[in-house]
Amino acid sequence: MSERIREKLKILADAAKYDVSCSSSGSNRKNTKDGVGDTGAGICHTYTEDGRCVSLLKILLTNVCIFDCAFCVSRRSNDVQRAAFTVDEVVELTMNFYRRNYIEGLFLSSGIFKNADYTMERMVRIAKKLRLEQRYNGYIHLKTIPGASEELIKEAGLYADRMSINLEMPTETGLKLLAPEKSHEEVKRDLGVVRDNLVKFNNERSIIKSTPKFVPAGQSTQMVIGASDESDKDIMYTARNYYKEFQLKRVYYSGYIPISEDSRMPVIGTQPPLLRENRLYQTDWLMRFYGFEVQEILNDENPNLDIQVDPKLSWALRNPQYFPVDINTADYKMILRIPGIGVKSAKKIVQARQFGRIHEYQLKNLGVAFNRAKYFMRCSDSRFQLNDPEPMYIKKRILEKSQSKYLKNNPDQLSLLF
Amino acid sequence: MKIYVFDGSFTGLMCCIFERFEMKDSQVEIVSSIYHQPSAFDESSTIFSDEEKAKRVLKGLNKQLNKTFINSLYKAYLSEKPVAFQHIFNAAVYAFTAKTDISGDYGNFDVMGVSKIAKNVSREKHRMEAFIRFKKAQNGLFYTVIKPDFNVLPLIQHHFKNRYADQQWLIYDEQRKYGIFYDGIQVHEIELMPQEINSLLPALEVADEKESLFDQLWKDYFKSTNITERKNMKLHIQHVPKRYWKYLNEKQ
Repeated sequence: MSERIREKLKILADAAKYDVSCSSSGSNRKNTKDGVGDTGAGICHTYTEDGRCVSLLKILLTNVCIFDCAFCVSRRSNDVQRAAFTVDEVVELTMNFYRRNYIEGLFLSSGIFKNADYTMERMVRIAKKLRLEQRYNGYIHLKTIPGASEELIKEAGLYADRMSINLEMPTETGLKLLAPEKSHEEVKRDLGVVRDNLVKFNNERSIIKSTPKFVPAGQSTQMVIGASDESDKDIMYTARNYYKEFQLKRVYYSGYIPISEDSRMPVIGTQPPLLRENRLYQTDWLMRFYGFEVQEILNDENPNLDIQVDPKLSWALRNPQYFPVDINTADYKMILRIPGIGVKSAKKIVQARQFGRIHEYQLKNLGVAFNRAKYFMRCSDSRFQLNDPEPMYIKKRILEKSQSKYLKNNPDQLSLLF
Repeated sequence: MKIYVFDGSFTGLMCCIFERFEMKDSQVEIVSSIYHQPSAFDESSTIFSDEEKAKRVLKGLNKQLNKTFINSLYKAYLSEKPVAFQHIFNAAVYAFTAKTDISGDYGNFDVMGVSKIAKNVSREKHRMEAFIRFKKAQNGLFYTVIKPDFNVLPLIQHHFKNRYADQQWLIYDEQRKYGIFYDGIQVHEIELMPQEINSLLPALEVADEKESLFDQLWKDYFKSTNITERKNMKLHIQHVPKRYWKYLNEKQ
C-alpha cells in the first residue's frame, strides 16, 4: 500500500511541477471554531534546490491526457509512466501534510481523461470533501479544465481560494502551432465565467453579508516563455490585456525547459531562459506596483527587454529628462521611479521627510540601493554638479560595480556585455 | 553618563524610561543585569521592575505613537540584544520629548534602529511559522522542538492557535527552556528544563502509526517537485539558510 502511494506521488508531483504558481496569499478564509486551517499572507514552507518556493502540495489528479500539446510532459504521445490518485488519497495526503505544518494547502491540476467535465467533476469532489467533511479552511488552488461546463466551474469556485487556467503560449499563433487542440478563445470563456461570478457574488455580498465566498484569492494564468518566438513586447502586452480584461491577480511566466525532441521547439539540453524570465517578472512588477504603463517599457523601438540591466534602470537611462529627482520635494510617484528605490523605501522617504530634510547617510540607512540611486537623485547634501552624466557613462559605472547572479550559470551571455 | 541596570524584562525596560523622566537624567545607558559589569568609574543605579510604572509608560507611548511602532518596540525587545534595548529606550525618550508621533521619522537613528531590529525579529517569526515541522505522537499530540535566533514564541502562538484549532500541539524552545502548549481550548506557557523535556520526549517518540509514512511521502514530494535543469543552490541556501536545516525533515 505505502509503496504504491509513494510511486503515485512521485509521478504526479513530477508532472505538476511545471506549473510555477505556488502562491498561497490573497485569500481571506479564516478558521472556524472546530475546523482546521486558515489563509492569510502566504507562507513558503520550504524551497526546492532550484530556489522556488514550496507552499502548496502541487499534484496532478492524473497524468493521463487525451490532448497532445507539444510543450507538455503529459501529452498523450509521450512515453511516460501514468498514474491516477483516488479522491480519498488526495484528501488524506493534503490533511496529513497540512496538520504537520508542511504546506499551506493544495494545488490540484490534472490531465484530461475521458472528457473535461468528467475530470473537473473529480477535482470539485476533492475540494468539496476537504471543506465539508474535513472542515478544512486552508488554501485550495484549482485548475480549471479547459472546456468544463459553466456549472462545474461555478461550483469549483465555491470551494477554491484561487482558480487558474493557462494561456500556455503568449500568442494564439504560437498556441495553434504547438497545441492545435487548444485555443485562447476557450481560455477566455473560462476566465470570463469566473470573473462574472466574482462580480456577481461581490455585489450580492454588499447586500447580503452571508453570501458564500467565491474564489476569494482571484484568478491567475501562466505563459510558457521561449518555446516559440514571441517578443517580450508580445508577451507583456498579452499579460497587460489579461490583467485588465479578467482582473487577474497574477500572470506567471515560465521559461521553457526542453522536454521533447519536437523540431518545432528548442532542443533538449538548451538552457532555460532564466534571465529573460526574470526580466519579464520585473516588468510585471513595474506595471502592478510602480505605476508604469507597459508602453513606457516595451514599444516598437524597444520590443525586447535589455538583458544587461533591469527594466526600471533601462527606462531611466532612456529618459534622462526626468532626472535627477529631488527626494526632499518630489512626488511619491516620481521617487518610486528612481532606480535603486523600491516601494518600501519610497514610502519611508515620504514619511521621514516630514521630520526634516533627508541627507545621504540617512538614505543609506533606510535600505536604498544607494550606489545605483545616486545617479538619479539629489538630497540635501548632494554635491552640486555642473553637467549631468551621460546615460551611457552611468550604465557603464553601474555594470562595473555589479555582478549578475545569472552570468555564472550562463557563460554565453557574457559576450552580450561588450 | 548614567547607567541604569534593569532585570532584562520588558517591564523593567519600561521602568527605565519612567526613571529617566523622574530623575531628569540626560545621558543614559541602559543595560540588562546579565550583561552588566560594574566598574569603579560608572555611576550606575539599579532599576526595579514595577508593573504600575511600566503601565503608565506604555499608556503614554500608546497615546504618542502609532500601533505598528508600539509593536515594533516589543518585537525589538524580543531580539534580546543589548543594542535593541538602547534603541527602544532612546526612541521612547525621543517620543516623549518631541510630544508628537515620531513613528515615521526613519531619518532618526533610533527609530530606524528599532524598525530594523523589529524587522529581523519578524523575519524569524515568519521563518518559524514556515519551518516548524510537527510530529504526531501516538497520543495525538503534534509536537516540535525549536531553537530560534530570537524569543519568538510569544509572537507565533496566535498563528498556530488559529490554524490548528482542533488539534493539540506543543512547541518547545530548547534555548530559552520554555514551551507553548495548546490543549484544544487555549494556549499555556509551560516551563520545562531540558532534562524534563527529554524525559517527556520518549513518551512522544511513540509515534503515530502513520508518522513515518507521511514523513517519507513529504521527503519524496520535495525531491519530485525539484526541476534539476534550473538547479541554483545559492538561491536555495539564501531562502533556507543552513542553520534551519535541522528543523526540516526534507533536508535530513
